[in-house]
Amino acid sequence: MAESVIKVKELSAAYRKNTVLENVDFSVEKGSLTGIVGPNGAGKSTLIKTMLQLHPSLSGTVDFMGLPFKQAKKYIGYVPQRGSVDWDFPTNALDVVTMGLYGKIGWLKLPTRMHKEKAFHALKKMGMEDYADRQISQLSGGQQQRVFLARALVQDADIYFMDEPLAGVDAATERAIMTILKELKANGKTVMVVHHDLQTVEEYFDHVLLLNRTVMNHGKTTETFTKDNVAKTYGGNMRWMGEEKQYVVHTGK
Amino acid sequence: MWSILASSTTQWVLASTMILGIAAGMVGCLAYWKKQSLMSDALAHAALPGVIIAFLLLQEKNLLILIIGAAISALMGAFLIQLIQSTTRITEDTAMGMILSIFFGAGLMLLTLVNRTAGGNQSGLDNFIFGQAAAMVKSDVITMLMLAVIVIIVLFLGFKEWKIYLFDPQFAKGIGLSIRGMNFLYTGVLVTTIVIGIQAVGVILIAALLIIPSVSARYWTQSFKWMLIISACIGGLSGAIGTYISALGSGWPTGPFIVLVAGVFFTISLIFGKEKGIVSNYIQFKIQRKQLVNKQISLDHKG
Repeated sequence: MAESVIKVKELSAAYRKNTVLENVDFSVEKGSLTGIVGPNGAGKSTLIKTMLQLHPSLSGTVDFMGLPFKQAKKYIGYVPQRGSVDWDFPTNALDVVTMGLYGKIGWLKLPTRMHKEKAFHALKKMGMEDYADRQISQLSGGQQQRVFLARALVQDADIYFMDEPLAGVDAATERAIMTILKELKANGKTVMVVHHDLQTVEEYFDHVLLLNRTVMNHGKTTETFTKDNVAKTYGGNMRWMGEEKQYVVHTGK
Repeated sequence: MWSILASSTTQWVLASTMILGIAAGMVGCLAYWKKQSLMSDALAHAALPGVIIAFLLLQEKNLLILIIGAAISALMGAFLIQLIQSTTRITEDTAMGMILSIFFGAGLMLLTLVNRTAGGNQSGLDNFIFGQAAAMVKSDVITMLMLAVIVIIVLFLGFKEWKIYLFDPQFAKGIGLSIRGMNFLYTGVLVTTIVIGIQAVGVILIAALLIIPSVSARYWTQSFKWMLIISACIGGLSGAIGTYISALGSGWPTGPFIVLVAGVFFTISLIFGKEKGIVSNYIQFKIQRKQLVNKQISLDHKG
């Protein structure tokens, strides 16, 4: 078995009164592409945010390549949900991608031409080179998502976390993003993706983490993504095949 | 009356309200993208009791001391707003409304008390409500200039950091920027700008100098850098022109004139602004329609 680069032990997190995550335990192999799947409110985004200390954890530990988050930070890339920022902010696509390099540029220093070129190259990789000077408010949802991905690419991280990068994007963008994810994997990067579309899980991910407040199942997609396991994760309230809109929102106490 | 303007004191005062306007215009852009424009108003009102208490304690009108009092009081207001919204079900805007009026009410009450005491009437503390730039002495001007310059330098040096902090704080945290540190700095520059402005512009209207230049600048540009620059220019011009006009009459308050000048800039921006100004929107609509009509005509010819 390959070495594990992410180890999560007994992680718990809460929003106000509700515990969202309880005793989450798993470890992720280097070079794997994992889909995090579960019903609405299962804590998928919260899991990622808690692992990256964007949300406080109640208990538990997370380490990356044997290091705590603080030291591993520079090896980690994060693509937040598209809706998490105000796209009306006055800036262009190239500038947003350049933000991915801010850590490398160093604080209080300005980006040089070399950094801009690097950012442009990442945009090109996402098929967005014609939009480099475009105001981000004038980009479509799919294009905004590509910009976010390009920003993560320039970080040149070893581990990537992506929160629903495929939500609400068109088929072309979905293909472009999946091509990049597979390329990242081929280059030995470890990628974890919050994913919503059950139909494409088998096609896109080699590993799957079924989550509903805690880890229901985790492992190779071929072994883990079975009808029974998925039904268990979704509380048995889900019609199988083609009816992905039948998710049940859990409000259970 | 023109002789007032020729005096070197007036020139100093003009310079200080101009640089105040520049600082306020820039800090206003931060507040705009933090979606906290109204917060600056709450903090300004909350500064009043601090000014009076500082005066009561020391019995002298030293601007630096009064500014420190104002800052403490404003920060207390900010803390209470934060506390109310995080521990109760009261939302932020309601909390701001409460703190703003309660602190301001307390300030007015204290002011009445001070004015009854001997010498209180001559203290000129009334000026802190509507602003009276002409009441500033040279040491006041120097205090104000220095603090405003510090604010501008902080914004200038951390331009890239401010940008990512405002656009995507979560990502910024991920790449190692301390959001707590940035929040601290942000509150610091915001409160500093407010308190140095309260003598010249007054607690009631200083927020306008933070809000109006930045929204006006938004009509002219799609770049954060230019938004900061344009907002700084509008703020600086409003400060200088407003002070100039108020110096024409004796005892005219400065704040209202500064805000009115800023209001004129806003109106111009709203109508003629390059980005989504009323006129440019209309022209663009016309052009698009013309293009559509032309396209249809050429299609008709082909068909």
